[in-house]
Amino acid sequence: MAEEKLVESLIYAKPESLYPVGTHYCPGCTHGVAHRLIAEVIDELGVREETIGVAPVGCAVFAYNYFNMDFAEAAHGRAPAMATGIKRVSPDKIVFTYQGDGDLASIGMAEIIHAAARGENITVIFINNANYGMTGGQMAPTTLPGQKTTSSPLGRDVEMHGFPIRVAELLSQLDGAVYVVRRSLHSVANIRKAKKAIRQAFEVQQQGLGFSMVELLSSCPINWGLPPVEALQWIEDHMLPAYPLGDYKVHPAIAKKPTR
Amino acid sequence: MAKELLKGNIAFAEAAIRAGCEAYFGYPITPQTEALEHMSKRMPELGRVFLQAESEVAAINMVYGAASAGVRVMTSSSSPGVSLMMEGLSYIVGSEVPVVLVDIMRGGPGLGNIAPSQGDYNQIVKGGGHGDYRPIVLAPATVQELIDLTVEAFDLAEKYRYIVVVLADGSMGQIMEPAELPPMKPVRKPEERPAWALTGAKGRDPNVITSIYIDPAVEEEFNLKLKAKQERIEANEVRYKEIALEEAEIAIVAFGTAGRVAQSAVKAAREEGIRVGLLRPISLYPYPYHRVRELASKVKAMLVVEMNGGQMVEDVRLAVEGRVPVHFYGRMGGVVPLPEEVLDEIRKVHSGLAVPA
Repeated sequence: MAEEKLVESLIYAKPESLYPVGTHYCPGCTHGVAHRLIAEVIDELGVREETIGVAPVGCAVFAYNYFNMDFAEAAHGRAPAMATGIKRVSPDKIVFTYQGDGDLASIGMAEIIHAAARGENITVIFINNANYGMTGGQMAPTTLPGQKTTSSPLGRDVEMHGFPIRVAELLSQLDGAVYVVRRSLHSVANIRKAKKAIRQAFEVQQQGLGFSMVELLSSCPINWGLPPVEALQWIEDHMLPAYPLGDYKVHPAIAKKPTR
Repeated sequence: MAKELLKGNIAFAEAAIRAGCEAYFGYPITPQTEALEHMSKRMPELGRVFLQAESEVAAINMVYGAASAGVRVMTSSSSPGVSLMMEGLSYIVGSEVPVVLVDIMRGGPGLGNIAPSQGDYNQIVKGGGHGDYRPIVLAPATVQELIDLTVEAFDLAEKYRYIVVVLADGSMGQIMEPAELPPMKPVRKPEERPAWALTGAKGRDPNVITSIYIDPAVEEEFNLKLKAKQERIEANEVRYKEIALEEAEIAIVAFGTAGRVAQSAVKAAREEGIRVGLLRPISLYPYPYHRVRELASKVKAMLVVEMNGGQMVEDVRLAVEGRVPVHFYGRMGGVVPLPEEVLDEIRKVHSGLAVPA
């Protein structure tokens, strides 16, 4: 009788840059996907031991419970300033912030604009889910016109509350920002593209080129009042038209060909 | 080192550099801007970090970041700017990182003016930011003290992993006096950064700098730790100066510039035969309650002089507990009292002491 050979091939494991723990994120939320992509990139670049993350105030306030690396927890909106302080005294480290739309585009708008304008050599991962998740789904600067939230119960009225802010487009206008792109987490193909962009953003920092940001369109099923799959569809139907995916700024040193 | 003629703002900035300050983040505001300007020139010269932030809010959070990375770091500002930094101070205390802040106070409230004031005593000494804490607060009355206390502030900040505020007023920042700077101390080498700092988790478990404890029981535990730290500070770090308090009937209590003015008044009153002395608190937190209480059992009256509407006087009254009358004289809005005004107050208090034989 011929000997049977057992072949084991690993097809899925947690990246070393994530702790083997569950998260507090709601079912169907894409924060977990974003965390994993960042962790995979950090593993692939082999920089876990020289990376310092800065968590926001918002749903990802406990990011350091999931990322297996040095981490700081900033005040609301101040992550880019805190990351600036860290990076300036430790220029050889990889420093990134992970921020939501309330944190980055509302209370922290001054800090993100000036970090980008300075060309601060940090990477920003920006989660845009069109509402304040942690406090229970209030209107954010990114909330779409007509979108119902707990603080715009009749839908965002632009006469009263003004218009959404397109962060990637805004930051791409600044000379110090050298890699600014928007990706989405609503499908497998888009998740793969998001990972490539995150990797590129970290490589920009490794090369010392300047400020890099990846905006990720993300779902918030609980606060949107949608089942997870419908929430992903909602990104495609409603967020993509308002927040076009694309490369808004790519430093010539890494731009292989025009992508847009 | 020999004495040289130094302006307060430049003196404390250079003192910080010599104390091994590796990074400075700040924002221009009168009357402390010369410190920022001095740093902008000197820090890059020495290969250290200077960055002009977009606001005081950003500056203190940059300081918070650099402190988290384990370097000696500071900022300086003046009253309205320090108000904007209060959020950061609270986070700094809540995550136990060492930071030095120099506050060159000016007249307020609101935009106020750019003249010397002590109107922010309550804000700084009693905490300022949200949560249960008080910063270590050191109040100089001369440029030499401003230098020495700035150097000491770095050591205290690291000793307790805490915020230390050097609280001076606009005249301390602007005055020029002969003073001696300390010798240059080298900055800490990267490999000498503290074990708790964010330096990358190479060969060790990750470090986390945070101020959130979502479980009330755990938050209370942290608060108790903070309280124990403050009790150690109260036991070990009280600082004050005494002038002519032997045989005094009247004790003046005044800090900073008001203390300096009061010292001239005490000299003049002594020449008139009035037995008056001065207690000048240098650490405003921890406050020298104990020494004020001792004095209350020795003198017949106290006079508190401040450049505000009466803030530290509350601490004096807490210590005195009604044992003797506590009088108050204050000027506000950036007006510095003259020694003659204080002398008049001393005379009034003295005449009130006269009792029939």
